[in-house]
Amino acid sequence: MSGTRNITAALRRARVPRPRFAIRTVQSITPLTTRTFSASSTRNSDSRQIKFTSDAYPNLKRNPNFAEISAEDVTHFKELLGSQSAVIDGVTTDATDDIEPFNSDWMRKYRGHTRLVLKPQNAQEVSKVLKYCNERKLAVVPQGGNTGLVGGSVPVFDEIVINTSRMNQIRSFDAASGVLVADAGVILETADQYLAEREHLFPLDLGAKGSCHIGGNVSTNAGGLRLLRYGSLHGSVLGLEAVLPDGTIVDALSTLRKNNTGYDLKQLFIGSEGTIGLVTAVSIQCPPRPKAVNVAYFGLESFEQVQQAYLAAKGQLSEILSAFELMDGRSQKLVIESTGNKHPLEGEYPFYCLVETSGSNAEHDMAKLESFLESVMGDGIVADGVLAQDETQFQALWRWREGITESLSHLGGTYKYDVSIPLADLYLLVEDCKARLTEKGLVGDDDSFPVRAVVGYGHMGDSNLHLNVAVRQYSKEVEKAIEPWVYEWIQKRQGSISAEHGLGVAKREFIGYSQNETMVKLMKQLKNLYDPNGIMNPYKYI
Amino acid sequence: MSGLRILVPVKRVIDYAIKPRINKAQTGVETAGVKHSLNPFDELSIEEAVRLRERKGPIKVEDILALSAGGPKCPDVLRTAMAMGADRAFHIDVPEKGDGGPEPLTIAKMLQAVVKEQNVNLVLLGKQAIDGDQGQTGQMLAGLLGWPQATQASKVDIKDEAGTVEITHEVDGGVETLRAKLPMVITTDLRLNEPRYASLPNIMKAKKKPLEKKTLADFGVEDTRRLKTLKVTEPAPRKGGGKVEDVDGLVAKLKELGAL
Repeated sequence: MSGTRNITAALRRARVPRPRFAIRTVQSITPLTTRTFSASSTRNSDSRQIKFTSDAYPNLKRNPNFAEISAEDVTHFKELLGSQSAVIDGVTTDATDDIEPFNSDWMRKYRGHTRLVLKPQNAQEVSKVLKYCNERKLAVVPQGGNTGLVGGSVPVFDEIVINTSRMNQIRSFDAASGVLVADAGVILETADQYLAEREHLFPLDLGAKGSCHIGGNVSTNAGGLRLLRYGSLHGSVLGLEAVLPDGTIVDALSTLRKNNTGYDLKQLFIGSEGTIGLVTAVSIQCPPRPKAVNVAYFGLESFEQVQQAYLAAKGQLSEILSAFELMDGRSQKLVIESTGNKHPLEGEYPFYCLVETSGSNAEHDMAKLESFLESVMGDGIVADGVLAQDETQFQALWRWREGITESLSHLGGTYKYDVSIPLADLYLLVEDCKARLTEKGLVGDDDSFPVRAVVGYGHMGDSNLHLNVAVRQYSKEVEKAIEPWVYEWIQKRQGSISAEHGLGVAKREFIGYSQNETMVKLMKQLKNLYDPNGIMNPYKYI
Repeated sequence: MSGLRILVPVKRVIDYAIKPRINKAQTGVETAGVKHSLNPFDELSIEEAVRLRERKGPIKVEDILALSAGGPKCPDVLRTAMAMGADRAFHIDVPEKGDGGPEPLTIAKMLQAVVKEQNVNLVLLGKQAIDGDQGQTGQMLAGLLGWPQATQASKVDIKDEAGTVEITHEVDGGVETLRAKLPMVITTDLRLNEPRYASLPNIMKAKKKPLEKKTLADFGVEDTRRLKTLKVTEPAPRKGGGKVEDVDGLVAKLKELGAL
């Protein structure tokens, strides 16, 4: 755990946007895991071995309308941005190693061909860059911390990467209203620490907080661990500053809670994944930091009981409930396998839940929590559980939930599906998927099977499940067995094929499973209106 | 020896993971509204006492008594200790005066009286509390009782029914193994064990375990002070490094500082 922190901190200092997982894979593969990799996949830890997205998706063709970057363009950008560190030039020089981290994602799933990375420092610079690109028809990819899960922040072909890491100033904070105004490239954890010193809290928290940028969070409408309590960014973002492809600076950096004057255009930039404009600053409503936070971790015998526990938590903890997370037994086994940590519960259970409360009065919260615990234990809903007695245990328990994604990445590749389905059917998807892959003979304990495990976890409180198929190596066979079956399964239940991860490259062609033709048509009209040349994050989203 | 009667004194301190802040008057550390927990070393002592019972060694553990001296919130950590496996608890009510609580000698004298009254034959203490960092109570108590002591234990092994105990502790350049006979005092160090989580069923059970409230006077001890705290200050802040934009900036900075 401390290793994780050190590395993230070191990277933050170095202002390298993201390769924290890449570095970690090399450093911390234990002999055990290395053995389970075949010789060829061990070489895979070299980031140059990631498959090009353009090869993985052969139906994606470079748009011939886009211009090729020339040496003159690079010179122009260098003059425009002044500082040497603002341009990583792979066009006129060999900067492969420097550019690689911007070209690929941490899951080692997507890899582009870009030869130019620009790091503007403010909206004016972004405006000049985009205006030039729009006139020259040069495609661009806005990129924050590059922690996305659907390949939205990495180029597909030679799109110029516009990275927000140098826009990293906190502009203002007003304690009375709780409104924070900050640049897009501020790291989420940095923003939260800044707020912590002022007894406030960033209304978003997620596993990648040490690397992700708040601009990216807003552009992808990230959900995270405490959406249950603090709501979606569509509600907490009060205003933003963004740049349109023609260079227009959209100054909607309002700090007002209420503002019914005209169309709420800022919403267009929240969750549009940089396809309409590039977010350069955000104004966001931050709640006071809770003074008392408690966390309990349960083992349960069935998904029925998980639902009962959730109902009981909602009813009895009501306003202090801040997270209700679900983890299945297999996901926790993978965390044990990857981290070697001792599990907090003695026995093994098919389901685990993590319940967090946040409030302003420790005694009041504890009284409520204890009566809740007594009732769920007494009614036999919860089979066993623990309650964190101190801050260290609190963080250790959260690691069992937050560490799943990372543990899976140490053990090989993962097909990730982030879906929203009505609560009653939430876990059925994992069971059906496992049955389907087992039937096809793809799941097994030794290296001859491509699939290691089918696991499910997620934000129970938001009816949001993460279906993860952990594989020893990515293969077409597995992919074909899952897709589009999984999307059809979700469509039948009126669910969403992407609850919080977004569309990016991964889910782009499947939007039809969750949105009807009229909706997609309207979205395309919007896109064409603001980005007629289609230079903003092409080949993705819609 | 008939059975082990273990006393585990515990302290409620500012949580190990929280950064303490000096109060405005510079007389101590700000404690109001700050998360408190069981002193981590004391957690190890409780865990070891419970493991001695679970190990079913040559001498049966008859009683594990947790004890804490301090203000009205001390019962919180005593409940935690009982949820981990202590049988009962004493809360020695000492009004909070903002002076960091009673001195080690006062506590040691009080513990001496408890040991006599409760017929204790093994005292397991944390090697220090992380708030005062004094690390004296265990040694003083052994001196007052005239018992053998083993400090900073990383392993405790009860060898036979006669009460022979072998204790391993870490010293410069290696480990040292000591042997002594009960009754004795042992202070615990981090490598001794990994404390368990308090499970929900045990938290429930702990609520029903006896917790007696007592005072220093019950044990014939007065909260007198030999030392006076003059001033508490933070260490001088470390001068942070600066950031430069690029190589040119670095060169300029080095020139400015006269390094080039």
